[in-house]
Amino acid sequence: MKKPNVAIFDFACCEGCQLQIANMGEDVLDVISAINIVEWREAMSEKWDKLFDVAIVEGSITDSHAAERIKKIRERAKVLIAYGSCATIGGVNGMKNAFELEDIRSYVYGDSSGYFPTEMTRAVHQVVPVDYFVYGCPVYIPEFVSVLKAVLQGIPYYVPDYAVCVECRMNENVCMYDRKVACLGPVTKAGCNSWCINNGNICYGCRGMVSNPNEKGAREVLSKYNISMEMIVNKMNMYNKCRELGQDE
Amino acid sequence: MNKKELNIEVRYLTRVEGHGNIVVNMKEGKLETCHFEVVESPRFFEGMLRGRSVFEAQHITSRICGICACGHTLASIQAAEDALGIVPTAQTIKLRKFLLDLEMLDSHLLHIYLLAAPDLLGVKSFVPLIASHNEVVRRALRMKKTCNTLCDILVGRHVHPISAIVGGFTKLPGTKDINVMLDMLHGMIPDMDATIELALSLKFPEFERDTEYVGLVSDDDEYPMLIGDIGSTDGVRMRKEDYRKVANEFIVPHSSAKRAKLSRESYAVGALARFNLNSEKLLPKAKAVAEAIGLKPKCINPYLNTAAQLIESVHCLDHAVCILEDIRRNPLNYQEELVVGLNEQHLIPVRAGSGVGAVEVPRGILFHSYQTDENGVIMNADCIIPTNQNTGNIEYDMTKLVPEILHKTEKEITLDLEMLVRAYDPCISCSTHLLDVQFINR
Repeated sequence: MKKPNVAIFDFACCEGCQLQIANMGEDVLDVISAINIVEWREAMSEKWDKLFDVAIVEGSITDSHAAERIKKIRERAKVLIAYGSCATIGGVNGMKNAFELEDIRSYVYGDSSGYFPTEMTRAVHQVVPVDYFVYGCPVYIPEFVSVLKAVLQGIPYYVPDYAVCVECRMNENVCMYDRKVACLGPVTKAGCNSWCINNGNICYGCRGMVSNPNEKGAREVLSKYNISMEMIVNKMNMYNKCRELGQDE
Repeated sequence: MNKKELNIEVRYLTRVEGHGNIVVNMKEGKLETCHFEVVESPRFFEGMLRGRSVFEAQHITSRICGICACGHTLASIQAAEDALGIVPTAQTIKLRKFLLDLEMLDSHLLHIYLLAAPDLLGVKSFVPLIASHNEVVRRALRMKKTCNTLCDILVGRHVHPISAIVGGFTKLPGTKDINVMLDMLHGMIPDMDATIELALSLKFPEFERDTEYVGLVSDDDEYPMLIGDIGSTDGVRMRKEDYRKVANEFIVPHSSAKRAKLSRESYAVGALARFNLNSEKLLPKAKAVAEAIGLKPKCINPYLNTAAQLIESVHCLDHAVCILEDIRRNPLNYQEELVVGLNEQHLIPVRAGSGVGAVEVPRGILFHSYQTDENGVIMNADCIIPTNQNTGNIEYDMTKLVPEILHKTEKEITLDLEMLVRAYDPCISCSTHLLDVQFINR
């Protein structure tokens, strides 16, 4: 089989999801041996001017230059993977959308804010069609490897559409609600192996919401533990603010 | 013969974290432009933090940078605790220092092997090295993986640590974990020795420019990374609360670039700055490596920042071992394990206040500062990132360097400039603050 030509691109993000690849250790050599990485600015000086079999895109679209650039990448890519929370759901960059753009620009850059054109933060699929989604802040490497395998075989990858709670129960964690702490596990897509709760923290919703959350159940839980809806919405907005812009392109 | 005309434009410099350009322009022997431009899309973290609980600040600001996520976490927590009046326990400080050792090791090794070494070995990236220097690449990935696994055990993961929060840790490593981590660190020593051997064989470009170096300083005998005052090689010493007087951010009229300066036109932060300020506090093996390399304070060759990173890696490995051996002798108190979110139940006293975090992260001193209202909600936030403290200094280096290397080909000059910028290990995603966006269209 001919190795697919793969390129890795980054938009507004922390580049931590790319770093997750380097963090695989020597296993990364197995991944690299299955593909032909033709462009990866963070790690390589090589450039590529032909079509990409696969483009892996990290980061959100936050200005007009980025929108143009992602459209060009889409035109050159047979398969496009949105990689990490910023790309798949807008992620923390979406918190910007809660402010007037002019206000937030002048807050950070003062009189020089004119140099910093910005637009509402969008996830990649809110600008161009996306073929595969790898959720998470950061991505969970076992899931990325599964997605990559599916891409190489040309078959779909199904992101779990059940709540993080399913995995959390399997890991025998004490429910955060039983510890009187509000957690977004009940409404967030699984697939991370309840990474944060395993380590004593709550779920912050970085993988986006399940498509059909149990709203009634969630309301019951909130009232049982006397947690306000406002607090939950505020927590959700940390990663999921871009939902308001609509999921479909 | 020396060149009179030069037109270098490196768009999206590779093998650095984030998006930056190098633009150099010379006409009739006169240097017109010598810029390191930052073209990263601004992400407005300081603006976005307003209205969030100060207890969430660490989770959010960790996302400023994937490489130094643990460093941002520690600076953020320090600022939040300072604002809230929370004093961390000795055990928490010990574990945070251990986390910072791992952060330095991980980041420095990534830079030395994967970002800087390809230039010194004459290739474009680590990919060709997989064939030509397979054992070297494997060693780099193995060491990096070890750092990563250690972070997994300590804080859940390296990229965006989970269990380090305001007040302490939501999960403490068990006795078995401590032993496993110690074994892993011991197991890393042969690879570190091989790294030292490799570094001794590398030849760094010769170039010098005297500048001011800024970093944490302290009165005890520990190489300061987590806690200290702000000091400089020009003799400045200030409390961390006065960080604004250190950075003195200002705007250059001709280029609209916001920069930092202290006693002179620019200053530098990072491994070389720390070495220049505190080399006598390094652990013995790191001192021996410095001597073998021939690095002495005050070293003013910016290319040797990479060498200083190696020396610090040796120090941090030994320091991390010391901390774990100490924990083995004095086991952790598991009563200190925290439940997250207690602030939401109003079980933690909250006050209106302001706080500053000043922490050495791989690329230099990092400042976070928050002002909160009586509910602990952030009203104002300020983050000053190592890379934007270095940008002005990088440009002054470039301006001195270019006239000294005009006998070289344009390609060689470009490579020298790229290597110079890479030596600072810039972290451009971090630069939430940078204003240098002047484009030259010709």
